[in-house]
Amino acid sequence: MAGSFDFALAIGGEAGQGIATPGNILTRLFIRRGLYFNAYNAYQSIVRGGHIFLTVRISDAPVYTHGDKLDLLLCLNQDTMNRHLGLMGEGTRAIFNSDSINPGNPRQGVELCPIPVSQVSGSRNRLVQNTIAVGATCALLQLDFAILEDSLKVRFARQGQSVVDENVGVARAGYEYAQQNFTAFPTALPETDQPKAQWAGNDAIAMGAAAAGVKFYAAYPMSPSTGVLHWMAQNARDLGIMVRQVEDEIGVANMVMGAAHAGARAMCSTSGGGFALMTEAVGAAAMMEIPVVLVDVQRAGPSTGVPTKTEQGDLWQTLGASQGDFPRIIVAPTSALDAYNTIPELFNLVDHYQCPGLVLSDLLISEGTFSVVPEDIDMNPSINRGKIITEAGTGNGYQRYKDTEDGISPRALPGTEGYVHVVSTDEHDEDGGLISDEYTNPYKRRAMVEKRARKFDDLEGRVASPALVGPADADVTLIGWGSSEGAIREAVEQLAEEGITANRLQVKWIVPFHADAITAVVNAAKKPIIVENNYSGQFYRYLRSETGLTIESHIRKYDGEPFMPHHIANGAREILAGKADVFVPYQEVNV
Amino acid sequence: MTTGSAQMTAANFRSGINPDWCPGCGDFGVLNSLQRACAELGLQPHQILTVSGIGCSSNLPGYINAYGAHTLHGRSLAVASGAKLANHDLTVIATGGDGDGYGIGGNHFTHTARRNIDITYIVMNNQIYGLTTGQISPTSRLGMKTKSTPFGNVETPLNPLTQAIMNGATYVARAYSGDIRHTTALIRGAIEHKGFALVDVFSPCVTFNLDNSHDFFKQRVVKLEEQGHDPQDWKSACERAIEWGDTINIGLFFQGNDIETLGQREPVLEKGGPIAHRDLAVTDEQRERIIRRMM
Repeated sequence: MAGSFDFALAIGGEAGQGIATPGNILTRLFIRRGLYFNAYNAYQSIVRGGHIFLTVRISDAPVYTHGDKLDLLLCLNQDTMNRHLGLMGEGTRAIFNSDSINPGNPRQGVELCPIPVSQVSGSRNRLVQNTIAVGATCALLQLDFAILEDSLKVRFARQGQSVVDENVGVARAGYEYAQQNFTAFPTALPETDQPKAQWAGNDAIAMGAAAAGVKFYAAYPMSPSTGVLHWMAQNARDLGIMVRQVEDEIGVANMVMGAAHAGARAMCSTSGGGFALMTEAVGAAAMMEIPVVLVDVQRAGPSTGVPTKTEQGDLWQTLGASQGDFPRIIVAPTSALDAYNTIPELFNLVDHYQCPGLVLSDLLISEGTFSVVPEDIDMNPSINRGKIITEAGTGNGYQRYKDTEDGISPRALPGTEGYVHVVSTDEHDEDGGLISDEYTNPYKRRAMVEKRARKFDDLEGRVASPALVGPADADVTLIGWGSSEGAIREAVEQLAEEGITANRLQVKWIVPFHADAITAVVNAAKKPIIVENNYSGQFYRYLRSETGLTIESHIRKYDGEPFMPHHIANGAREILAGKADVFVPYQEVNV
Repeated sequence: MTTGSAQMTAANFRSGINPDWCPGCGDFGVLNSLQRACAELGLQPHQILTVSGIGCSSNLPGYINAYGAHTLHGRSLAVASGAKLANHDLTVIATGGDGDGYGIGGNHFTHTARRNIDITYIVMNNQIYGLTTGQISPTSRLGMKTKSTPFGNVETPLNPLTQAIMNGATYVARAYSGDIRHTTALIRGAIEHKGFALVDVFSPCVTFNLDNSHDFFKQRVVKLEEQGHDPQDWKSACERAIEWGDTINIGLFFQGNDIETLGQREPVLEKGGPIAHRDLAVTDEQRERIIRRMM
């Protein structure tokens, strides 16, 4: 953390208690002040009840994870108090409704901030405790009440003046009560001169698609991918995107393929279970050479698994998706902004190579919410649709699957006069005619397999190779893939504070895999450690298969919760001390 | 896009590839009828996209001179729907068999009908799985002996017509492929119809289904048009669709003309032409609106 201010608060309660509202009021307030934030919401697959725990970490500098520690705990129910008070350390505060919640025994240096909500608010409405808590939070952060008042006015404007007045009144009561009764944090909430925007990773994926020119999006709702569908549905009419909720994921993938075949840039998102249903279509897109993008927002599996928890467990599912032997592109973005930028890049690749492209996101990236610098959102990335034919012609001798030198055959879109042809999931010859039925032709079959494979000969050079960050002679090299970049980045900083030098290598492109570059890093590393959010070391096994390298040290987590930076730092320390080969961190926060 | 200017004949829609169907297969009659219907409508080959699944009958796109997509088993309607929504200028015709459409693709059949998307679906219904050499299909009769039911089928067949009508299809017809003129007329009507049109065609499998042969149908089929049936009468359509015995009805069972298609209900398609050919760039105003909501 380069910032001077590093503060984390958490709001805990049960589903249905309206945790999203105070969370949203606060994050909006933070970004309006130009602050950065990173928020992670731990929740369960339940509409009412259970335990929800929203952690928001705020800074005046970019913030890459939800962090390791809390400064302020907002308890909306007894369960939250019971679960989390014990983890609060010196100098922290815990705000709770003393009408209904018993604090228990805090550690030394934790300031309990009980608020008799019904007395302070003069209301028996259970939801007022949320607004009281927001008011008290602003007081503890030494914020002018007028700033909160502005935020509340904006937030509740559409619900009418009386709702605005009620919320402002209640928030003021909480604010004043906290000012009079509790100790403010020593550092006031700072401000920068550059207002931020906020998005969830799923918003970023959807926006990346919109920027790429996606005109057809289909989905079947599935946590934690549904946010992409929601964004698309919300913006469909403005952007002219055909958005469909389809009967199942098989229909989704095939509908997307149909739209892509007709010429639209087309995408779908799902989670692992839905992706399993889509897999036959992945092979179909490869065989018919239709460019499509499928996003798998991973959650903890197998099977229905843990629908609201994260994991990096679908790597091999995407590598092996669909029967047969064919190339596909696979990319695992490392952050929401990276996902945003990657989608247009991937569309250019799948259009160029006329192939399926798969994106591995996960719950951490997709459902996390983050500040983003508005100027970083370039909605006009370069668009390259590859070799397509849309102008009428004589089509003399046109062959859809012409066996060209680079393996890429110009693609005439249906409707184009002069280029009538058939595409087929059966093996076919250059003009699309089946060779699978009447006379299988081994020579043509071999030529077509090689043509489809040859297309990718230059793929590796078209995307960025992973780059080592940090000193070359570091004590330890942390190798991660996809969403773990933020946690690894902070773990490196934590290790540095203890005098352990670390560098890091984050792999984003799974296929193509930059085997030579990665091999060079591993061979030069004093202590390479692979960090991944699964049990069996899926990425390590893939790396080994592509490079032949053996790596002894691993940090793995598979309890459903994402890595916190100290989990990785602890692992590196234990491994360096020779105490572990495979380190599995303990998840302290029970959510 | 040009329509109907040139004098088209069925021959214009021959692809030059000879079908690999068995001699006497009912599918020849369906292909022939479809080619005639396209010619009668004055369509040009490039304006048509045929989409099929897998099975003997799903080879059809290879045999007609038109754009074609020979997709996965059971998925023709999903692919066809995507293609139609992406380019609604295309005449999209899905073709396939009863196993492909009513069995493995049953979910899409239900929901495509419900959406009333403007595509034509021709099912060559031979009441058997032929390409896999003879097992029961969802339309095989009770008691039918096949390789997978050597002691007789104990499952009740489904009725694709009532299913389509109930689920919201707005043109539901049944034909017998041995009567090419009648089949042509029904397919032509289906293509002209705005909305989801099903033409279920009895298309006998001469190799693996000796129960439902050409002779079987020739002796039984009777045309609704000759019985004074009103296709606008939804209730009567359902009643006529469940009749099955010594006489079997063919013809147009149901047609709802005043029901909006998905494309008509979808504001994204109101203006701007097919989405497949629209400008991909996001405008500054659109970007502004999006970012403002995030702040």
